[in-house]
Amino acid sequence: MNAKYDAAQQGTDAPVLEVTDLSVTIGPGGRRVVKDLSFRIGAGEMFALVGESGSGKTMAARSVIRVLPKPLEIAPESSVRIGGREIVGMAPDQLRRIRGAEVGMVFQEPMVSLNPSMPIGRQMAEALELHSKLSEKEILTRCAAMLDRVRIPDPEGCLTSYPHEFSGGMRQRIMLASVMLTRPRLLIADEPTTALDTLVQRQVLDLMVELCRENGTAVLLISHDLGMVSHYVSRAAVMKDGEAVEAGPVARVLSRPEHPYTRKLVEALPSRGPARHVPQAPVPLLAVNGLTVDYARPRRLLEPRQVKQVVHAVDLAIQPGETLALVGASGSGKTTLGRAIVGLKRPSGGSIAFRGEEMISARRGPSRAQRQHVQMVFQDPYSSLDPRQRVADIVGEPLRLDRSVPRSQRRARVEETCEAVGLGPEFLRRLPHQLSGGQRQRVAIARAIVRRPAFVVADEPVSALDMTVQKQILELIARLQEQYGFACLFISHDLGAVEQIADRVAVMEAGHIVEIGPRDQIFDAPSHPYTRALLDAAMHLGGAPAAARRGG
Amino acid sequence: MGRVFRHMKVNAAFGLLVLLALLFLALFGGRLAPYDPMALDLGARLTGPGPAHLLGADEFGRDTLSRLLAGAEASAWIAFTTLAFALASGMVIGLVAGFFRGPVDRLLMVVNDAFLAFPGLLLALGIMAIYGASSSGIIVALGLAYMPAVVRVTRSAVLSIRELEFVEASIVIGNSEVATVARHVLPNAIPPLTVLATTMFGWIILAEAGLSFLGLGVPPPQPSWGNMLASARPYITQSPLLIVLPGLCITITLLGINLLGDALRDFADPKNAGRE
Amino acid sequence: MLRFFLSRLLSAIPTLLIVSAAVFAIVRLIPGDPAQLMLGDDALPGQLEALRARMGLDKPLPVQYLIWLRDILHGDFGRSITMDLPVSDLIVSRFFVSAPIVLIALTLATIIAVPAGMFAAWRKDSLGDFAVIASSTLLLSLPGFWLGLMILLAFGLWLGWLPVVGFVSLSRDPGAALLYMIMPVMTLALTDIGSIARMTRASAITVAGLEYITHARAKGLSESQIVWRHGLRNSFAPTWTLLGLILGSLLGGIAITETVFTIPGLGRLLVDGIYARDYPIIQGCILLITFIYVAVNLLVDLVYPLLDPRVAR
Repeated sequence: MNAKYDAAQQGTDAPVLEVTDLSVTIGPGGRRVVKDLSFRIGAGEMFALVGESGSGKTMAARSVIRVLPKPLEIAPESSVRIGGREIVGMAPDQLRRIRGAEVGMVFQEPMVSLNPSMPIGRQMAEALELHSKLSEKEILTRCAAMLDRVRIPDPEGCLTSYPHEFSGGMRQRIMLASVMLTRPRLLIADEPTTALDTLVQRQVLDLMVELCRENGTAVLLISHDLGMVSHYVSRAAVMKDGEAVEAGPVARVLSRPEHPYTRKLVEALPSRGPARHVPQAPVPLLAVNGLTVDYARPRRLLEPRQVKQVVHAVDLAIQPGETLALVGASGSGKTTLGRAIVGLKRPSGGSIAFRGEEMISARRGPSRAQRQHVQMVFQDPYSSLDPRQRVADIVGEPLRLDRSVPRSQRRARVEETCEAVGLGPEFLRRLPHQLSGGQRQRVAIARAIVRRPAFVVADEPVSALDMTVQKQILELIARLQEQYGFACLFISHDLGAVEQIADRVAVMEAGHIVEIGPRDQIFDAPSHPYTRALLDAAMHLGGAPAAARRGG
Repeated sequence: MGRVFRHMKVNAAFGLLVLLALLFLALFGGRLAPYDPMALDLGARLTGPGPAHLLGADEFGRDTLSRLLAGAEASAWIAFTTLAFALASGMVIGLVAGFFRGPVDRLLMVVNDAFLAFPGLLLALGIMAIYGASSSGIIVALGLAYMPAVVRVTRSAVLSIRELEFVEASIVIGNSEVATVARHVLPNAIPPLTVLATTMFGWIILAEAGLSFLGLGVPPPQPSWGNMLASARPYITQSPLLIVLPGLCITITLLGINLLGDALRDFADPKNAGRE
Repeated sequence: MLRFFLSRLLSAIPTLLIVSAAVFAIVRLIPGDPAQLMLGDDALPGQLEALRARMGLDKPLPVQYLIWLRDILHGDFGRSITMDLPVSDLIVSRFFVSAPIVLIALTLATIIAVPAGMFAAWRKDSLGDFAVIASSTLLLSLPGFWLGLMILLAFGLWLGWLPVVGFVSLSRDPGAALLYMIMPVMTLALTDIGSIARMTRASAITVAGLEYITHARAKGLSESQIVWRHGLRNSFAPTWTLLGLILGSLLGGIAITETVFTIPGLGRLLVDGIYARDYPIIQGCILLITFIYVAVNLLVDLVYPLLDPRVAR
């Protein structure tokens, strides 16, 4: 099944959306966050605005139906035409007849884009109540039918339920159902699946494309994910700092990029390097034996004590210097396993040995000396640094607890480590909020390696970062490993990053490791069905899913 | 946006000025007074403003300006001491609850919530019933009445900060739990506590004035803004100024404190900490 | 849902037990013979002996507490020393004097402040917003009793529109009673408008920035439909909790307002009790007011899921 569809031939003469010289400013005449953007979308066509955070792609999309957040305004010389009618300067009541009826919008965060205090049925019905003359009963029937169409079990029950009773993927389907009810001519989808797991992401996107094809709806997709764009979209514009630097058919833009920035983006996509040879040590650096981790739900009045097992009897061995990637969906237990290894979460059974000596069990945590050698890089660079500490103090703090580095050498070691992660001396006096996301993650890495540990757990270290920054951080980790020789447990949901950095891969599902093996084996010849499903859902550049590339 | 922002700065400056003035009066208020605030001058009974008594005199001929200054000293001194008492004791208990969690936390919170269940001034009134009216009595009564709020805020700040990744990072690099709380948790709990302290300072000023107005606070003849209002009440028609002035002092003080509190709240809000 | 209700109801029990123990402790913390304190200085020796036996003063403190609690649960709060009446009769009759004033004031304040706060939030940074913030901050900074005195001065004495001193009960003459209630209600309402309006504005600003509001806009709803259908309920939730807390400050400060306007209410009874060292009265008043406060906040909690269904899980 080719998920991509193209109606460019009819699109040229009757554009659904025509944006000409669109500029968005902060306040009247203020700084421009979108600059002279022009593009058009034909009936039933799928078009994407691609860019990193701060590129202005979201604000450009929001301008189409004029739902910009407060200080932002569309510059008066801009033109946005929907079905030939000018939106800029249109009277509010006229505009409201277009919003929801002809143009629908799906938002990024399914957790906050539905009203938490209103039953789903009433929220869905709103658009039809406004834009159609259907009776209340008919509206409800249609809502239920649409929920059924997006494969929500028990659609009638869903109508009277509240959003918090559904998972993120389900909410995004509900959102999609509610927007498609009015059969809009244009759907604006702003990073619609970024907050979702890989498998769910794929399902929601396929559903979105199906629905749009059925209703002849054109799509304006906002995304940072080149793989996804190449997979679903026919034409795209690449945005940087508010400007479209390059536009055209996706196949051409991504395979033969003309603008240096587009080239940089394409190059930032992770790619598989040659397999490294990791010598097998007689005793593994770290051995996890039958590790089980439970979470006790906080006990509440009148409730039985609930214990949830998150990690089930996991065995794992890591060799000195190697990178083992731990892959799985959210809730698979991969983060919990990582936290147990660094001693943040006490296991309820099993043990972890470091260099052949027991380090962690249900009864004990790591000794101070062992802690020195097992460090961690956290996912969110915004909360993993104490906002009140300066870079030099953050990186230097572990040394205060390390007697092997004399006080006189601490400063030199901090500077050397910062240099190694690419932070010059000018950064030492800065506070975390004065740094970008990538720079913060460099500080977090410097803190982890300043004592030259033998083992580092990196929990989704790049998932909060922009693509080009991701690339830099992944390369940095690989280079530092080369330089200092530490082994790494790389926890990630992103198969691309894993393919680039891992020597071996372990796949985790519902607390179990279902498959483990060398990278090339896992990616080229997966044996477990769950691994296959994950690989099939991943969207690589070039439009063909991984399964097709493997030749079936 | 810019216009409102400038407002914020002016507001904060006004609030800070009021607080500093109050601190100054707490230390030197009595000494600035042109007369002895308790000296009787029956000839000047209920006179209006004039060259001898700039703001007039009360029913015993005592100089109003001097009494306002001395009253400021009493109010400010009580407010600062009460605040220090409530903050110190509340922070210790909140820290213990947030640090140990589990049964210790639950026990402390049940007791604390019970004390929070007394509406506002009522707990203070009950304690004053035991103690009788005196300045030290107010400090204990109001201190105990407002301590539970400090416990709550400290505990919830400690608990929420503990969940942040930099606290886990501190454990991973080898800091003990105690060192982690001291180095990373407590310093980050200071902003919410500063905001609370400012708000509470206003509550205390108001509560002290109210208690003194009821005759259960600063005992006459020592002046306080609250008991000046109470003693001037029978003369409300003859000499309204005696009522207007102490109330105006309280209002200006509270306004300053509230504006300062708003500015601090905006400052402490992580949304304004310059993430982007 | 049922579990939510039950657990909330049960969680009030330890609170009430500790509160009652604290009130019980008032009399025991004062040096001297508790029976003597409860009867006053004019007590006859026979009465003292009888009360000592009834209070179980020869038994350990926890037993004394249980005896006291049992009496309270039977509606026996003791007899007032100064008025020689059962405390339960006194506090109940005085309660019906205070309650209408507090309730009307709080309702009035909410009716004015919530729309004002919503208006300010939806026109953030406009002149109207500034007017709402400025006036609510000013109101927040006015001491209630002084405001009361100023209102008394202006409307009662200078303009002479309203009766200055005195009180008529609602049951005797509703019209006159309302006239007497205008100034105290105005005082209490004005002081609370500030905090309610500020809280509503703050939470409405948070809600206005949320994605589901943009979603509603993208559906084609008009601004007023967005405010009423999606904005109001969600931004009212924190204000709803605040109303319970404000009732606490109203009840705690009721003594002061009643003193200003010479209203024979529960607060005045308490203060007079404190002056006269009439301990049965003090205990009864504090216990009743606190009980009302706990009950109201429990009610606030139980109704909360209607505003935000997420909490009932």
